[in-house]
Amino acid sequence: MIELNEVTKVYQMGTVEVAALRGVSLSIDDGELVAIMGPSGSGKSTLMNVIGCLDVPTSGQYFLEGEEVGRLGDNRLAEIRNRKIGFVFQTYNLLPRLTALANVELPLLYGNGRHRRRRALQALERVGLADRVGHRPTELSGGEQQRVGVARALVKDPSLLLTDEPTGNLDSRSSEEIMAILQHLNREEGITVIIVTHDHDIAAHTRRIVSVLDGKVIGDERVKEPLQAAVASDARDEASG
Amino acid sequence: MNALATLRTALSSIGANKLRAGLTLLGIVIGVAAVISLMAIGRGAQQAITSRIESLGTNLLFVRPGAVSEGGVFGGLGSASTLTLDDAYALLDPGFAPSVEAVAPELSSSGQIVAGRKNTFTQILGVTPEYQFVRNFPVGSGQFISAAHVRNRSEVAVLGSRVAETLFGFRDPVGQTVRISGRRFTVLGVLQSQGGSALGLFDDQVIVPITTAYYRLASQRTVQGGVAVQTVNVQVRSGDAMDSALQEIATVLRLRHRITGEDDFTVSSQQETIETLEETTNTFVVFLGAIASISLLVGGIGIMNIMLVSVTERTREIGIRKAMGARRRDILFQFVSEATLLSLGGGAAGLVLGLAVSRLLDDRSLGGQSFQTVFSGDIAILALVVSGGIGLFFGIYPAMRAARLHPIDALRYE
Repeated sequence: MIELNEVTKVYQMGTVEVAALRGVSLSIDDGELVAIMGPSGSGKSTLMNVIGCLDVPTSGQYFLEGEEVGRLGDNRLAEIRNRKIGFVFQTYNLLPRLTALANVELPLLYGNGRHRRRRALQALERVGLADRVGHRPTELSGGEQQRVGVARALVKDPSLLLTDEPTGNLDSRSSEEIMAILQHLNREEGITVIIVTHDHDIAAHTRRIVSVLDGKVIGDERVKEPLQAAVASDARDEASG
Repeated sequence: MNALATLRTALSSIGANKLRAGLTLLGIVIGVAAVISLMAIGRGAQQAITSRIESLGTNLLFVRPGAVSEGGVFGGLGSASTLTLDDAYALLDPGFAPSVEAVAPELSSSGQIVAGRKNTFTQILGVTPEYQFVRNFPVGSGQFISAAHVRNRSEVAVLGSRVAETLFGFRDPVGQTVRISGRRFTVLGVLQSQGGSALGLFDDQVIVPITTAYYRLASQRTVQGGVAVQTVNVQVRSGDAMDSALQEIATVLRLRHRITGEDDFTVSSQQETIETLEETTNTFVVFLGAIASISLLVGGIGIMNIMLVSVTERTREIGIRKAMGARRRDILFQFVSEATLLSLGGGAAGLVLGLAVSRLLDDRSLGGQSFQTVFSGDIAILALVVSGGIGLFFGIYPAMRAARLHPIDALRYE
């Protein structure tokens, strides 16, 4: 579903040009669970931005579900983000004034947004937060906030879940929970999940690890026996019980 | 994003910072309240003047001598005729002027009125008995002059209320004697006070029989020896008959004055007077409104300022919304509607405040002037439309800044 062909991205920093991506070719199939790894400054965030249609390549081609999106305008990109891609951020990026439910409803405000409340409730149930819908982010733990973030990413039923250090701010227990949810979504619902991380332990939960350094892909390997996060069922039991 | 969701988002953003929103509103509130109350005062003054003029009698036409005889210069251009008492009575001929209901000629001069040790200098108006009905000057106490007084050139006077007060204080002047130009006049009655500011001058006059004014008080006489009058107030039978009355009066006077060329008289209607006054007061009202609008402008700049701050503060929110699929348009609408709602809210509050202020001022007397305020729906609608427009206008630039933000830069913003 994702096909990058010699993608470069050059930023203009004042008078200096900085190449964040120097010819990345990569293809990711439907239903994959992939980790993109690399140290800071390696270009992995830029890669994620391009894949997530938040930014367009300077050169090269990017096909998302067969459509070349690298040359689309702002509004078309916004539509694609809205319809096909769910984002999960390291810092959750929830709107502090809104309740969990209203945060999850956010993507439904843009594009086709019928039955907002019902769909947002369903998404919160899928991450085991049905009993926290009226809480504001400050009233939730980090793990719960990130689960709201995942619910928000899920609410439009995207084909691609793009997560940027989703467990970066979480303790190990909450990390397990989030990983369990992501694995479950990938395995049971067939959603393509990309996890950008520099944490080997997190990457070990995926089935494929793409390594990025200095704007290039330097490694691409299968994980023979992915770790299975096991807390998911507990978290769900807690939530529903 | 649909309209309802946009509005709800805008409302909740405004609600998130109530103090700031309130202070921003204040500029618009004060501006709108100022516009509304000043317009109400202006309209009130306008209406007071108009209604006072109308209360002097309706369906009136005023016949005055033309340029030829004006200023007491007679015999110009071979026409020695001027407006006389006989001309005025001729207008009552039902054959020639069926549309004329009544005539009230007047001749004014001014002079010293003395009563005991008190005196005043005022207008002396010579009239006929019809005057009190045609010009709607009811007598407060005593009597008005009669036809017999006019016939006999009697030395009797009816005092305006202010003159009576000046000369007699709280004593009843009826039956007392006053001296005008050295002659003794008996006070017949006192006119009711006309009050008000615009036409208060009617309280400051003395009314005498027109013949007395002419033969005893006036300094100049007409060539023919008839009683000259300055104005003939003509009451027309109905408002519909104004045009025909105008024709009839002109015909009668042309016949009497043997005019073939230019008329030596002019006929004007009360409507013209009102229109002229309304034009003047309209300018006044617009001027007041324009001054008050300056504060609206300042309020608008306040909104723009606070919206710019808000866009900067909420850069991250904008980034999140964009990542979730908000298009430029969605962000633009969100901020524009926020500014517009803010401004409209201020407009509504200003409307209420302005209404309260104009109510408070209504019928109050301030600096010797009594205020009347008139509030009408069109001012309210104007105020709301203008305040909404101000929000729109001053909200667009900050909203455009928000809409143009790049999602990645916005997301990274700390």
